[in-house]
Amino acid sequence: MSGFWEAWLLIITLDPDLYEIIFLSLQVTVSAVIIASLIGLPMGAWLAVNRFRLRRYVIAVLNAFMGLPPVVVGLFVYMALSRAGPLGGFGLLFSPIAMVIAQVIIITPLIASISHQTIRDLWAEYHDLLISMNATRSQRIMALLWDGKRALLTATLAGFGRAIGEVGAIMIVGGNIEHATRVLTTAIALETGKGNFAFAMGLGLVLIALAVIINLLIHIISKTERARTW
Amino acid sequence: MKLNWETLIAATLLATASQAETLKMAVTTSFYNSGLSEMLLPEIKADIALDVDLIVVGTGQALRLGEAGDVDAILVHARAAEEEFLAAGFGTHRRDIMYNDFVFVGPSNDLADVTNTASAAAALQAIATSQAPFVSRGDDSGTHKKELTLWAAADIIPEGAWYRAAGSGMGATLNVASGMNAYTFTDRASWLNFGNKGDLALLFVGDPALFNQYAYIPVNPERWPHVRNDLALKLENWLTSDKAKTLINAYTINGENLFTFNAAR
Repeated sequence: MSGFWEAWLLIITLDPDLYEIIFLSLQVTVSAVIIASLIGLPMGAWLAVNRFRLRRYVIAVLNAFMGLPPVVVGLFVYMALSRAGPLGGFGLLFSPIAMVIAQVIIITPLIASISHQTIRDLWAEYHDLLISMNATRSQRIMALLWDGKRALLTATLAGFGRAIGEVGAIMIVGGNIEHATRVLTTAIALETGKGNFAFAMGLGLVLIALAVIINLLIHIISKTERARTW
Repeated sequence: MKLNWETLIAATLLATASQAETLKMAVTTSFYNSGLSEMLLPEIKADIALDVDLIVVGTGQALRLGEAGDVDAILVHARAAEEEFLAAGFGTHRRDIMYNDFVFVGPSNDLADVTNTASAAAALQAIATSQAPFVSRGDDSGTHKKELTLWAAADIIPEGAWYRAAGSGMGATLNVASGMNAYTFTDRASWLNFGNKGDLALLFVGDPALFNQYAYIPVNPERWPHVRNDLALKLENWLTSDKAKTLINAYTINGENLFTFNAAR
């Protein structure tokens, strides 16, 4: 178990390489969650309050996309960003931005779908009130998003959870480059490949601890899940 | 919180823009897993102020990255594929840098008696005859291509339940072999640096057919104008220098030499 303690030693001694990896993991995932929320939350709300012919199909596709295989998304983004691909001119392959793009594609359907379900229930409740107040469509969406913010936080945190633990897509588009695109999950895959199981496991526990801490922080900051609050 | 998020996004967007003088090089997993790169990269940075970003993939994928212009140079080990790459105009030239050797590893009780065979072909014949489990890379890497050449030389078409293609990098394949206690084909450097040997042992080495040459190829800037050919040449100069020769020849794991420098000058 020497590698296991080695991992903890790196944490305690504030090893700069380890903290660089942790920081990049957070940087990429938090950026992706913010962008995906800005797209996904209004999209979910819009789908809940509007009735149109293809609605059922759009929602079915959205739900199916919650399970998009990350490795396929990775391959898709890779081909798009490769110098030989349509967006190659930007030179974004093997950069943190490429990793953010892949993660946004993976978690936006998840956030949109969960927020759609939440807002739909809320809309059933608020429908008569908002209609009688003669609220415009965008006012309705804003009101629903605001009043459903607790439940929407869950959608965002679900997106965060999926993104922080993702390895297949970011390995392909990021390349796991040391000091450039190496994050916790790709580092774990690398150490596993070297046969350093205990060290990989230590990094894995760091990743899990990080996810727990972030979730806890969000709840504390947003003052949810406290005693006497339901 | 909001302010921090904005800073994070800005930092992410700036992350790539701020890296000056960085060369992207696709290298084989066997080169990286040997640990040699971790020793060389800081020296390169100190000597010629160049950051080398390594994309660690199999030789097959490394060649495709060069073909698509996604890297500035490649360091690979599959002569025939390299020649094809050059003939198609994807690279400017190839330069030998160093060599090491491929080895056979397998269960320490060696049921197929590979240890006592006289050549790499005979070793494979022994494995095939005994139907002992054998794990292949199966990923179109340099090591995989070499393994297939050896099967062809032994006049065997490897198939059947005993032949398992892992479809993974060198480390993952060694993990599979270790888990199944099976024979596998690897390079000496990856083997020495591998941390999960289990019951596996080094069983066969030394056939000249197991020679493993690493070569450096700059990607052709005529095909991809954005490629940093100037940096690729700067790195080539360093990799073929006396300094590199000393460092590569002196690199050891557990007292064993791993690579021999053989760049022509």
